[in-house]
Amino acid sequence: MKPAPFDHVRIDSPEEACDLLAEHGDDARVLAGGQSLMPMLNMRLAKPAVLLDISRCAALDYVRVEDGTLAIGAATTQAAIEWRPALATEVPLLAAALPAVAHFPIRNRGTVCGSLAHADPSAELPLCLAALDGEVVLRSRAGTRRLKAAQFQAGVLATACRADELLVEARFPLRSPDEACAFEEFSLRHGDYAIVAVAAVASPRGIRIAVGGVADRPVVADWPDLDDAALDTALNDLAWSLGARDEGEVSAKMRRHLVRGLGRRVVRRARPTAGGLS
Amino acid sequence: MKRTGRDESAEIRLTVNGRACAGRTTSRTLLADFLRHELGLTGTHVGCEHGVCGACTVLIDGVAQRSCLTLAVQAEGRHVETVEGLATEDGSLGTLQAAFRSHHALQCGFCTPGILMSCTDYLRRVPRPTETQVREMLSGHLCRCTGYTNIVAAVLACAAATTPAEDADDA
Amino acid sequence: MNAPERATGVGTDPWLGRSPERVEDLTLLAGHGAFLDYLPVRPGTLHAAVLRSPHAHAVLVRVATDRAMSCPGVRAVLTGEDVTRWAQPFVVGVKQPMQHWPLAIDRVRYVGEPVAVVIAEDRARAEDALDAIDVDYDPLPVAVEIADAIAPGAPLLHPEVGSNIVSDRSFRYGDPETAFATAARRVAVTVQYPRNSCTPIECGAVLAEYSPGEGAYDVTSNFMGPFSLHTVMALALKVPATRLRHRCPRDSGGSFGVKQSVFPMVVLMCLAARKAGAPVKWVEDRLEHLTAATSATGRSSTLEAAVDPDGRIRALAYDQFDDVGGYLRAPEPATFYRMHGCLTGAYDIPHLAVRNRVVVTNRTPAGLVRGFGGPQVYFALERLMQRIAVELGLDPLDVYRRNFVPCDAFPFRAAAGALLDSGDYAAALDKALAEGGHDELLRRRDAARAEGRLYGIGFAAIVEPSISNMGYITTVLTAEQRARAGPKNGAIAAATVNVDPLGGVCVTIASAPAGQGHRTVCAQVVADVLGVRPEDVTVNTEFDTHKDAWSVAEGNYSSRFAGAVAGTVHLAATRLRDRLAHIAATSLDCESREVVFAGGRVHARTAPDRSLPFARVASAPHWAPALVPEGVGIGMRETVFWTPESLAAPDAEDHINTSAAYGFAFDLCGVEIDRTTGRVRIDRYVTCHDAGRLLNPALADGQVRGGFAQAVGAALMEEFRYGADGSFLSGTLADYLVPTACEIPDPVIVHLETPSPFTPLGAKGIGEGNSMSTPVCIANAVADALHPVVGTVDIRLPLTPGRVLDLLGIDDPPPSVAPTAPPATPARGTGRTMRMSGSVVVAARPEDVFRTLLDPDALARVIPGCHGLVETAPHRYAADVTIGVSGVKARYRAEIALDDVDAPRGLRLSGRGTSSLGTASGSGTVRLEAVDRGTRVDYDYAVDVGGKVAAVGSRLLDGAARAILAQLFERLGREAAGAVAPSPAPSSWIARILRWLGIGS
Repeated sequence: MKPAPFDHVRIDSPEEACDLLAEHGDDARVLAGGQSLMPMLNMRLAKPAVLLDISRCAALDYVRVEDGTLAIGAATTQAAIEWRPALATEVPLLAAALPAVAHFPIRNRGTVCGSLAHADPSAELPLCLAALDGEVVLRSRAGTRRLKAAQFQAGVLATACRADELLVEARFPLRSPDEACAFEEFSLRHGDYAIVAVAAVASPRGIRIAVGGVADRPVVADWPDLDDAALDTALNDLAWSLGARDEGEVSAKMRRHLVRGLGRRVVRRARPTAGGLS
Repeated sequence: MKRTGRDESAEIRLTVNGRACAGRTTSRTLLADFLRHELGLTGTHVGCEHGVCGACTVLIDGVAQRSCLTLAVQAEGRHVETVEGLATEDGSLGTLQAAFRSHHALQCGFCTPGILMSCTDYLRRVPRPTETQVREMLSGHLCRCTGYTNIVAAVLACAAATTPAEDADDA
Repeated sequence: MNAPERATGVGTDPWLGRSPERVEDLTLLAGHGAFLDYLPVRPGTLHAAVLRSPHAHAVLVRVATDRAMSCPGVRAVLTGEDVTRWAQPFVVGVKQPMQHWPLAIDRVRYVGEPVAVVIAEDRARAEDALDAIDVDYDPLPVAVEIADAIAPGAPLLHPEVGSNIVSDRSFRYGDPETAFATAARRVAVTVQYPRNSCTPIECGAVLAEYSPGEGAYDVTSNFMGPFSLHTVMALALKVPATRLRHRCPRDSGGSFGVKQSVFPMVVLMCLAARKAGAPVKWVEDRLEHLTAATSATGRSSTLEAAVDPDGRIRALAYDQFDDVGGYLRAPEPATFYRMHGCLTGAYDIPHLAVRNRVVVTNRTPAGLVRGFGGPQVYFALERLMQRIAVELGLDPLDVYRRNFVPCDAFPFRAAAGALLDSGDYAAALDKALAEGGHDELLRRRDAARAEGRLYGIGFAAIVEPSISNMGYITTVLTAEQRARAGPKNGAIAAATVNVDPLGGVCVTIASAPAGQGHRTVCAQVVADVLGVRPEDVTVNTEFDTHKDAWSVAEGNYSSRFAGAVAGTVHLAATRLRDRLAHIAATSLDCESREVVFAGGRVHARTAPDRSLPFARVASAPHWAPALVPEGVGIGMRETVFWTPESLAAPDAEDHINTSAAYGFAFDLCGVEIDRTTGRVRIDRYVTCHDAGRLLNPALADGQVRGGFAQAVGAALMEEFRYGADGSFLSGTLADYLVPTACEIPDPVIVHLETPSPFTPLGAKGIGEGNSMSTPVCIANAVADALHPVVGTVDIRLPLTPGRVLDLLGIDDPPPSVAPTAPPATPARGTGRTMRMSGSVVVAARPEDVFRTLLDPDALARVIPGCHGLVETAPHRYAADVTIGVSGVKARYRAEIALDDVDAPRGLRLSGRGTSSLGTASGSGTVRLEAVDRGTRVDYDYAVDVGGKVAAVGSRLLDGAARAILAQLFERLGREAAGAVAPSPAPSSWIARILRWLGIGS
């Protein structure tokens, strides 16, 4: 199990990456942490002609608090965020979800932006971006554009990132003082991809719930604060709206059951601590 | 920008276990294969080549990572630590290795080097972990022989032996 | 916990029964393990990569290697032609006209079956050339499940046999018919045991060389035995056994039976080396290992008991089917017959009926996996024990106590012939309950149930056979066939103990260990006999068929080390000591029986202060053979061959003592089931073992913990999954789920020691017991937890959350509003067949849409990623298509067909293709109906994907296939409407695919 041949290019600046993406388009793949791409290369599922390795691009390795967001560069590892002392106050949902992302040595290398760009429908970080209504910054020779999670996430392993674009930054909104969140995931083993993952953000403005692992991308719903009966109905309708399918022993029914069950848990956990909510 | 062509044989320089060294590689050579077959550091093992089993874990600039998901060319200029670097100056077992031995925390020993490297990184960051923390950290490694119990015990014992109890609260 | 102790001093306490730190560990912990991939190789050694079948069942029409041969770095390609020239089929364990070659010759019978071998200068380039081998397959219908394979009219894997049942044997012991006819109650279970494996972290590896001058093969591999298979390899290579030298490296990265399956690859790589004219190295990768190495044998069995009202079992009747995969590969059908003598388990049951049918299926050939045969038997037997208690309203513990072989009955001859050597089963049960806190578990269950939680308690009692009788497999033959073939029996172990010219002690054994600590235990054994320290004894386990003492039973299997190998080492060391005693007696001026070996010195019992160093006594014969007393013999080397006397060949009535020793385990556990997730949490697990005398308690516990962890995997998560088309779906360690440190609790381990009278040290095997007891113990606990809610249910392993929730029943209220997404289509079984349907409205008349479908040029534009399409016959096309999602794509050679043409109302559109990523086929109907704005196209499709992409990507396949199919019909609409396909919105997924495929703008 060895990769097919490719040219490896160590990228030192985002400009270089954009130039090469413009030149090679789909024949090139961006290598950041490589925790999803490298297995695909080793198994020869992917055979790009050129690998654009941004992992040592200092200009893309940063975490900044700016404009009310935690801005994370494309070369920044998940571990760099996870071990950030202030993360639990800055973006508590990320603090809750990151320990569920694969395993310690994988997070040490895997990048936040790489996970968003890979767009696995069961992955935790795309779910967090959707739940928080975060943004990504896409850059090409033609310029820069910012897309909200909902605009960016397009399906199974699919995003709105064009072949000539580099995802240079992810922006997760900082927690507002009246907001509380919770995250729950069900996976077969610790660190596995979620069968169902649910995040909730509660504030006086209502409840936002996001579900991963069921539809082809994270799905978000916004509700006013609901009583228990209304919450159950809303969760059930949400569960049915996701188009769950039978897959091996994980039935559509089971996925709906988990959406309802985990959904109740996260909403209950998020609500009591949110300002203004009972 | 540095380009290594698909048919090129490139020389890379890096530091391994504190020693500067160099070797030839192609763009697609995995670091795991480069360490084992080019540098002769056969303590690193390969069990899946897709990042799940953890046997190939090494430290790159002090951080535990999969060498099967790393290209050799990516290690250019880096500091790599492998299991061969864990022994003490006189060649005897380091504290963590000794704890593995005294707790019967290995059987076939194939997964062990990767586990030792992850533990080395983790214990530097969290000197007195709880059992739950140790188990979560170990979940990135598959061991088929031991059932993990003795590995967990060895890591906890090593942590207890190397860190005074009063520091434990900070962990 | 039995933790190793530091070796200290030279005291005279025996080393056996203690747990010194292992001699293996200094090397392994330093990273200096001698695993096969790290052995030195000769200059010019080449590397092999194996082309494997993406089909579960197909005729192999053509294998063309020209393009591969011209790839850079390629030296040779081995194909079926070479194999038929230099080799012959493997011998098969039953008398049937079936051929199994190391490489497919004219037909493939499972996904992953080797089809060709590329030999190149490095592995990467060998893999590059795999894509350049052109293979034509003609797919055949498949028989994947046992039920499929035995159904009337099932596709035959080996047509010459005339059936997929390649062996059908019935046995009766005692008078089961009368016992059943007169039984107060009859209780039965029908159960399935899944395919799984212990997946060692080091995969298989072979280093092979052929010497034309010698006409001989020289191989090093991590094959673990049994070395009876060495003869199978030599016969296949058409050489005398001496012309196939086989060596094992010192270290092996786990085996658990699984590395038995390396043997066909040994033969294949011998042939590859012969073809290439150079040494060849092959290291199996994980995808190859999971797909095609081996598997525990799948079993479907019905087991019935004739029972007295108090739970006493009078008779058992087994009706068992084994799924051995595409070939009956040696040593199969041993999964049946290893356990045959002890099919009555730990119980005194005089009457027994058995019917064993061996079934071939389109799956990977089965073989040794830890527990071999035991998990399958005990899953039925111990589920039955619980069922008896439930149906008769008895305490399961009473059912156990009433049926156990009584402690004064040993050695006890079981109905089918096992001679249970020693034990006290009732005492072990009591010890497990007392030390394991059974009362506490009962309280927890009561408390949990009072709160509406699902808590259950399970038990399992098993007899753990060790040291297999080489004759057991001949039980599959009739007495007449056996008489013609000649008797087979015994279980020879060999060991050599040697003293070097400086008085150092060396032990050589052929046990091919894989981490169990054989070297440590042998050092302990010899240290005790010779009165030295374990670290003074060097143990060599690098088995070499040319230089070691060995016989057919050698190897690392059937838990034979403690009972047979360590025992034989003891015999050899004792013999050497007795000779040294004669030599020393002269110097010590005493009788040889008065000579004492202790503390590294030798002295007369009566004069401990007048001692000689051991090394001086032991080395003397090297330097002064003339001084060796008459009759003692020179040469300080003793080789002992030992075989258990109790292991006879099957008798005329098919009684067979299948193993030399039988340990015992009694397990209990408490589990709780989470109603939301279906997850089974093991609250406490208690396992009580009687493995006779424990030679090294820490290593024994290590075996228990390791076996337990694998068994928890088998119980809760591990299974090789196959699609309905035979495609393999568990190709990575992200698909085949092995437990991590977060999933394995620490079991409470309890020991009882009743030494075996039949092994030299009184020891028995301990490493396989939990593989047999734990899966069914957990299953019984889950059944107990579910019973108050759902009654008696069919428990299937693994007990994944999905299965548990299915058993529990999911309350799935309908939505308050109609869902916006289409309803889910129910999947068929756990197959990889994807069904999807939908409709699109296109702005064109049905006639235009239909014309598009019938026009080859238009069709080429409609099919996503089509590079070209040639009409080969009316409505038949050959196409070249690139299909994929995200970066994962492959070029398929495809055949496309239109059938049931009903212009302009509809047709059937089918396609099938093969690429380097595997196979894809789809078929479905397209219905056209005129609507206001044009035509509504309704499609209803079934798509099968096989080969690598199914093995490694099944989790994402559904979504990907759905998107590609949607795209097909989207394009159909546009084409029919006469529009040049406009570039869809840039954000669409389809747009990306179009760009990757070089279509679209």
